Amino acid sequence: MAEVLVVVEAGVKKVTLEMLTIARGLGSVSAVVFGEADTAKLAEYGAEKIYTASGEDVAGYLVAPKATVLAELVKQVQPAAVLLGSTQEGKEIAARLAIKLDNGLLTDAVSVEADGTATQVVFAGSTIVKSKVTKGLPIVTIRPNSVTPEAAPASPTTEALTVSASDADKLTKVVERVAEQKGSRPELTEASIVVSGGRGVGNADNFKLVEELADLLGGAVGASRAAVDSGYYPHQFQVGQTGKTVSPQLYVALGISGAIQHRAGMQTSKTIVAVNKDPEAPIFELADFGVVGDLFKVVPQAADEVRKRK
Amino acid sequence: MNIVVLVKQVPDSGAERALSADYSVDRASSSNVINEMDEYAIEEALKIKEAHGGEVTVLTVGPSGATESIRKALSMGPDKAVHVQDDALHGSCAIATSKVLAAALRTLNADLIISGAESTDGRVQVVPHMLAELLGVAALTGARKLTVDGSQLTVERQTDEGYEVVTAATPAIVSVWDTINEPRYPSFKGIMAAKKKPVQSLSLGDLGVSADEVGFAGATSQVLEFSKRPARTGGAKVLDEGDGGTQLVAYLATEKFV
Repeated sequence: MAEVLVVVEAGVKKVTLEMLTIARGLGSVSAVVFGEADTAKLAEYGAEKIYTASGEDVAGYLVAPKATVLAELVKQVQPAAVLLGSTQEGKEIAARLAIKLDNGLLTDAVSVEADGTATQVVFAGSTIVKSKVTKGLPIVTIRPNSVTPEAAPASPTTEALTVSASDADKLTKVVERVAEQKGSRPELTEASIVVSGGRGVGNADNFKLVEELADLLGGAVGASRAAVDSGYYPHQFQVGQTGKTVSPQLYVALGISGAIQHRAGMQTSKTIVAVNKDPEAPIFELADFGVVGDLFKVVPQAADEVRKRK
Repeated sequence: MNIVVLVKQVPDSGAERALSADYSVDRASSSNVINEMDEYAIEEALKIKEAHGGEVTVLTVGPSGATESIRKALSMGPDKAVHVQDDALHGSCAIATSKVLAAALRTLNADLIISGAESTDGRVQVVPHMLAELLGVAALTGARKLTVDGSQLTVERQTDEGYEVVTAATPAIVSVWDTINEPRYPSFKGIMAAKKKPVQSLSLGDLGVSADEVGFAGATSQVLEFSKRPARTGGAKVLDEGDGGTQLVAYLATEKFV
């Protein structure tokens, strides 16, 4: 059975486990790890083989050396498919890989069938598309929260890859990585629960209310564009057309009117609840449960109620 | 500094969008606008020109109707535009589009190429790195801040965890998020001036790109089918009469979230 390469960015994200789960339907799963990763976790989710590539040539430059390593590996093992996360970096590696191999690629897939057919949700979650790479092997990026990761323990062999980055791969140096956030909260695009605040939250300080409810529910914090543009919350937490696309089990919209710009980033969420003082707010058209009221009264009460039930 | 800004015309993301019968993006029945992120790319280019001198060129690959977006882009202040248009381009994938952009860029000798981080229609995010790969130039993508010091570029690249500081020398391509600046509104004078600015139209033949490398003929992926996702319908909506928070949590409990 041909190998399926699953590209693992630093650490093991939830989308990694989802990709391992999808990959098992396509062939023998091989993880390609750039930097450090929890190999026990990769084994638990079915990696039969783990390729590793590390060192200054991989970590010290932006994206390009990883694509070179991957292209060499693809030529060597002729995999049935290559899966990457639909993250900024995953898409960028895929972009370079596709050019190097003169191969097609598909991004933001939520599933991949055995014949390589990928399902994508496009146009703000309004349209479902089935597509196929028609030139070369399927190179597909997978959107987080697409499938439920399922364990399938394996005993992988490990192989260290030689990194031979060219001068062209070393044009962009990474001189510093700065973490800005967020403590123990789950990553926004991977979270099962997202609690978001909008213009109705009123100011940056009041976002504590949103954070409190998120923490009680074990969720991530998001923000609408209106809230981000008003400086209430940082941009990397923006959900919407020009921000992150999220697809959690539960999306809680607080003081968000539900403009199309926002809906674009969250309307594939499984369950949506909303609190807004305007009964005509469009968010209620998609909310499974809505409370028309003052979020400064409703949210603290909800937080207390969650505490009581714990 | 010779700066080229990549500008794409897209269907307005504030309205309903659809695929057409041939599975390409329906541009006929939608209102088409400049990809929003590209306005930030234009603004950044203009700021660099204002600080360091040089010239700003808008480069668009798209159908004849894209002229409207090119004029809009020029009204913000760029000096000129290049519009690659050819009927054979209809249906092109990201790879083919990148090859065409690369061919056009080779004729423009840019020190700095600036684009939006993604377009609102495809949201694919792959073109800047494809161009870097094709042209052999540096890519500094996902910028929320760009500093130019001679030929040295420093970018704060937005990541999920925070940001990375990345550096490279020109020639390079930089893609920007909408956090990088606040795009200017075109002035009346700018709008009038844009009508007279040169827009060079190039065909595939002019660029030495063969028609079978692009369009549906040269596509590296294919849409097999599409369907509209069923629209969501609103559920229960209660008016808070003092127990709205409690009712909300009761609902979450029935759905097993608490």
